[in-house]
Amino acid sequence: MATEKTYAEINAKIKAGKAVVLTAEEVISLVAEKGVSRAAREVDVVTTGTFSPMCSSGAFLNLGHSKPRIKMQKVWLNEVPAYAGIAAVDAYIGATELPEGDPANSNFPGEFRYGGGHVIHDLVAGQPVKLKAVSYGTDCYPRKELETHITLADINEAVLFNPRNSYQNYNCAVNLSSKTIYTYMGVLKPNLGNAHYCSAGQLSPLLKDPNFLTIGLGTRIFLGGGVGYVAWNGTQHFPGWQKDSEGNNYGPAGGTLAVIGDLKQMKPNWLVGTSYFGYGASLTVGLGIPIPILNEEVMRFASVTDTDLCAPIVDYGEAYGQRIPGNLGYASYADLKSGTIKVNGKEVPAAPLSSYPKAREIAAILKEWIQKGEFLLTEPVQKLPSPKDGLTANTLEIRV
Amino acid sequence: MSPKKIVLRFGGDISDKPIIYHLAKDYDLVFNIVKANVDPQKEGTMVLELTGEKYDQGLAFLQSQGVKVQPLTEEVIINKEKCTSCGACTALCPTGALYLHRPSMEVDFNGDDCVVCQLCLKVCPVRAMEVRF
Ligand code: SF4
Ligand code: SF4
Repeated sequence: MATEKTYAEINAKIKAGKAVVLTAEEVISLVAEKGVSRAAREVDVVTTGTFSPMCSSGAFLNLGHSKPRIKMQKVWLNEVPAYAGIAAVDAYIGATELPEGDPANSNFPGEFRYGGGHVIHDLVAGQPVKLKAVSYGTDCYPRKELETHITLADINEAVLFNPRNSYQNYNCAVNLSSKTIYTYMGVLKPNLGNAHYCSAGQLSPLLKDPNFLTIGLGTRIFLGGGVGYVAWNGTQHFPGWQKDSEGNNYGPAGGTLAVIGDLKQMKPNWLVGTSYFGYGASLTVGLGIPIPILNEEVMRFASVTDTDLCAPIVDYGEAYGQRIPGNLGYASYADLKSGTIKVNGKEVPAAPLSSYPKAREIAAILKEWIQKGEFLLTEPVQKLPSPKDGLTANTLEIRV
Repeated sequence: MSPKKIVLRFGGDISDKPIIYHLAKDYDLVFNIVKANVDPQKEGTMVLELTGEKYDQGLAFLQSQGVKVQPLTEEVIINKEKCTSCGACTALCPTGALYLHRPSMEVDFNGDDCVVCQLCLKVCPVRAMEVRF
């Protein structure tokens, strides 16, 4: 009889300390040995993980009321502007925001040593952060400026809310041009000098549930070392299957997640301020998602390997920046992890930007939480758009 | 006189010239090539141990040939606490001093292969590479 399990049944086993939990890496060998049917029967949860720079990240902070009160109109945290166009002492600090007066790329390539992601990291690490705010003054909020120090413990709420995280898949970036380029995919040497990819491949959450059978609104996840939730689909969520002109399938791509969680319980080693030489500042986010093995179909996807999953190879020397469609072919994560791929007939050294060892560690931590009965699974309150919805990107036209 | 360690950096235009040969022949210097690296664009780095009476003249000759000479007093180290094993440095480090263990994908650093070009200090997204004087 085909396996069918419910969330309630799996949670009952977790509470009883009897759930069988494997990481997305461990489950591969089990399925290879016993087959999908038996593995689906035996395993209750598969845990995934990823640890990558995720630029679309930030935190909502409620800074508390000073005496006299101020309606903060502009806010800076360690000189990095935070968006304050919401209620009096609420602000949003975005990961890629740069300090006021940062030379950015004026002395090319810029170093981007500090930014919003670093502010978030400092807060989570318990460091005092300098707060500056200005306002125009009102009868109810008379103060016009303020300068003080805050810590994460002092302020009221701090909520990490990342509008686009956990990219299902990502480009493998190369450079066909004749000069070195500095991108969000790292430094790319001219004439196919190197190839950079950015995914945990077979450990990466959305590559293991490509049809969004279990990951949906309200899914409880590992976020930044604490517990978070899937809040919505991410921005630019266009899940689908990669196909070439002959119809060959190169695995899933295009899905993203918006995630949310209490910053106060997160850990500085899982939210790390990040600098991309010549590109900008960001935040490296640790994220892990449990996949309940409800049936064989879920297990089949959860056990796919680096050989089945591929990244499209894209030229960042020209094609990416100029939005020229197409790619230079696909490379499997197995090939990428071997250290060399072939592009246009040339052997190109390949390196990751996303930490596979940290992804493995996240999947293992999540596994431990579940095994200890500390972390229960949640059934999505609403499904997310999946490949069958056929979402595609709108482009921005320049109208004059 | 004990040998001094120096780093030579040279551009593509001079990497073909027999400058090291001249150091030995014209200046009687005894050298030991500790590390040498020439990357695809032919920009090279070489770490030499050098001894001899005409040491200063030898260095002046190198500089006259457009070679940048620097005493090797700096050392690059990895801060293991900070390094996330992301791998972003591994295809860029010109000597393979920063490399990935496969298939574990853990990043490791072998200081013996490092030519102190300091590229990793700039490209490491989390500033895990540090220079020590
Ligand atoms: S300084 Fe860094 S990039 Fe340069 S050789 Fe040493 S480890 Fe490699
Ligand atoms: S780029 Fe930095 S963090 Fe990444 S592997 Fe290299 S040293 Fe470690």
